[in-house]
Amino acid sequence: MWKFIVRRLVITFPQIILLSVLVFIMAQMMPGDALSGMIDPNIDPAAIEKQRENLGLNDPWHERYVDWVGGLLQGDLGESFRFKMEVTELVEQRLINSFWLGVATLFFTYLIAIPLGIISGRWNDTWGDQLITGYTYIGFATPLFIFALVMLWVFGFQLQWFPTGGSVEPGLTPGSFDYVWSKFQHLLLPALSLALIATVNTVQYLRSEIVDTKQKDFIITARAKGASESRVYNRHIFRNSLLPIAAFFGFEITGLIGGTVFVEQIFGYPGMGLLFMESILLRDYTVVIAVVLLFGIASILGALISDIILSLVDPRIRIK
Amino acid sequence: MSEKLLEIKNLKTSFRIKDDYYAAVDDVTLTLNKNEVLGIVGESGSGKSALAFSVMGLHNRAKIEGNILFKDQDIANISPAKLNKLRGDDMAMIFQDPLTALNPLMIVGDQISETLLLHKKNMSQKQRKDRVISLLDQVGIPYPEHVYNQFPHELSGGMRQRVIIAIAIANQPELLIADEPTTALDVTIQAQILDLIKDLKDDMNTGIILITHDLGVVAEMADRVAVMYAGQIVEIADVHTLFENPLHPYTRSLLNSVPNTQEGQDKLHVIQGIVPSLSKLPREGCRFAARMPWIDESVHEENPVLHEIKPGHFVRCTCHKHFYFPDESKEDSNHGVS
Ligand SMILES: Nc1ncnc2c1ncn2[C@@H]1O[C@H](COP(=O)(O)OP(=O)(O)OP(=O)(O)O)[C@@H](O)[C@H]1O
Ligand SMILES: [Mg+2]
Repeated sequence: MWKFIVRRLVITFPQIILLSVLVFIMAQMMPGDALSGMIDPNIDPAAIEKQRENLGLNDPWHERYVDWVGGLLQGDLGESFRFKMEVTELVEQRLINSFWLGVATLFFTYLIAIPLGIISGRWNDTWGDQLITGYTYIGFATPLFIFALVMLWVFGFQLQWFPTGGSVEPGLTPGSFDYVWSKFQHLLLPALSLALIATVNTVQYLRSEIVDTKQKDFIITARAKGASESRVYNRHIFRNSLLPIAAFFGFEITGLIGGTVFVEQIFGYPGMGLLFMESILLRDYTVVIAVVLLFGIASILGALISDIILSLVDPRIRIK
Repeated sequence: MSEKLLEIKNLKTSFRIKDDYYAAVDDVTLTLNKNEVLGIVGESGSGKSALAFSVMGLHNRAKIEGNILFKDQDIANISPAKLNKLRGDDMAMIFQDPLTALNPLMIVGDQISETLLLHKKNMSQKQRKDRVISLLDQVGIPYPEHVYNQFPHELSGGMRQRVIIAIAIANQPELLIADEPTTALDVTIQAQILDLIKDLKDDMNTGIILITHDLGVVAEMADRVAVMYAGQIVEIADVHTLFENPLHPYTRSLLNSVPNTQEGQDKLHVIQGIVPSLSKLPREGCRFAARMPWIDESVHEENPVLHEIKPGHFVRCTCHKHFYFPDESKEDSNHGVS
């Protein structure tokens, strides 16, 4: 198992390097550079050129790449031209917000998926199963941004159960109970919206795992041992069906990234997704690139987590 | 001295296909004594496994009619809780396919231990582990302490079949149903597994139902043999009688389709056709009639029943009196009928 994990970790490095090269190329293709936007147009172009030379902007691409990566490793993601601040600083709070949104969404996703999947799979083809399957079909067919808008309108504006924007009530002292509570309230509606749609995959997956496992020969073996129906389900069917779900956890993270872009936009929730959209609209390229890089790294880590969980839960992989 | 262990009376097991029920086991009546091996033979699809599953109560959605008396208790009509007390304890089953019959995500030791856990409530964890290890040893698995912690995929087919046997015998059942315990294995392993089952019978007085389509296995292991065709028993007799004096056309065809090197026979009789699928089974008249088209149809009984030809030797339908193989002359076909 350790061998597998180490090997899997080793594969992650070339993945991240490839990602950084792609992002770098993308950055190069963006119009302008550090000297084109923030410079007084009256300065002599020759002086600018000299400055370019000094800053190393005319070096061959591989030297610039190494420079760029060196900066990244020291936490230098460049400067946002819109906010006039270090990207690292800008990203920090957003990243924390998105992190909590992600955690809450995953929590709700599994909170919904596990019971529904189990009911649907255990009593498949009953009316309960049909009801749940109906929900998943609706979930598959509903675009997230429309659903999120409806949620916002109904629960935010009409019923006013939830705040309709931001990540915290202004004016609260960070760290106080009210502050945390307010953060939680702001998180709830976007997380629920995202989870209610994102969970349908997991529900369906769990259902079909259970229906599939139910018909396996080893279930008959368990019954022949004299195991009661509930033991057969708890010890053999659910256990064997939930383990592959656990392994999907990492990919779930990857899937979340796309979702947060929509949801943060609609709820005005200041996380990475919203930052991404804002920076694109304002052509704040350094920020766009930093966000893309972080999204990329999150995806790679998500896949890594999935594989590690899978290797922990499935002995057939553990050995290889 | 022969004590009845299992008595199956007019068992009919039907599966639902679309809106109708079709019997895969049709009016089977059988008895099994203690310390007896009853062989059940028949082609693929003749209902052998369906019969075994009915006895163990393992059918999910089948209609079961008739009685299955196990130690004078009708287990065909019994509460699930009572059935679960018997299964794995007093009666057990060895399954056909060792590759799929074990839980892939559970170590072998725990899978055997589960049977003990379910029936020997006062055994401590340590005692259970010791017992599992001695069982693994008993079924001929080397390094049992090591294998205890292994997963099924780490073991060969033969080893997995031994694990399945260990599960079945863990609580020393009085009734053991072995559904083709060796078909998935190669010949040397086959012999070892059969020896193992024989030892069990001798050690524990177990009554065994041995399902197989290997007549060699039957000849070696069984005391009595039932031949099944299309869900029915067409002939039943003690093993000598069946091999010496087979009557039913199907039994004779089966025996004739085994290469017989001793008699230097060079022709192999192949039974024409296949067992029809469940929904297409002929339900009236002699079910084997369609596969002996060269025989005059009038020789079959309208409703074939089992006739006791000699004590303990039953055969279905009267057509056997008139049966001959297509390459034989009519005259030498009457062998065996006095
Ligand atoms: N659960 C089921 N639902 C519907 N039909 C079934 C079911 N189980 C078995 N059958 C049918 O019943 C018939 C008898 O099947 P069975 O498995 O008992 O045959 P078998 O004699 O054990 O064959 P084999 O030697 O291949 O194991 C077959 O036609 C099969 O298709
Ligand atoms: Mg079978």
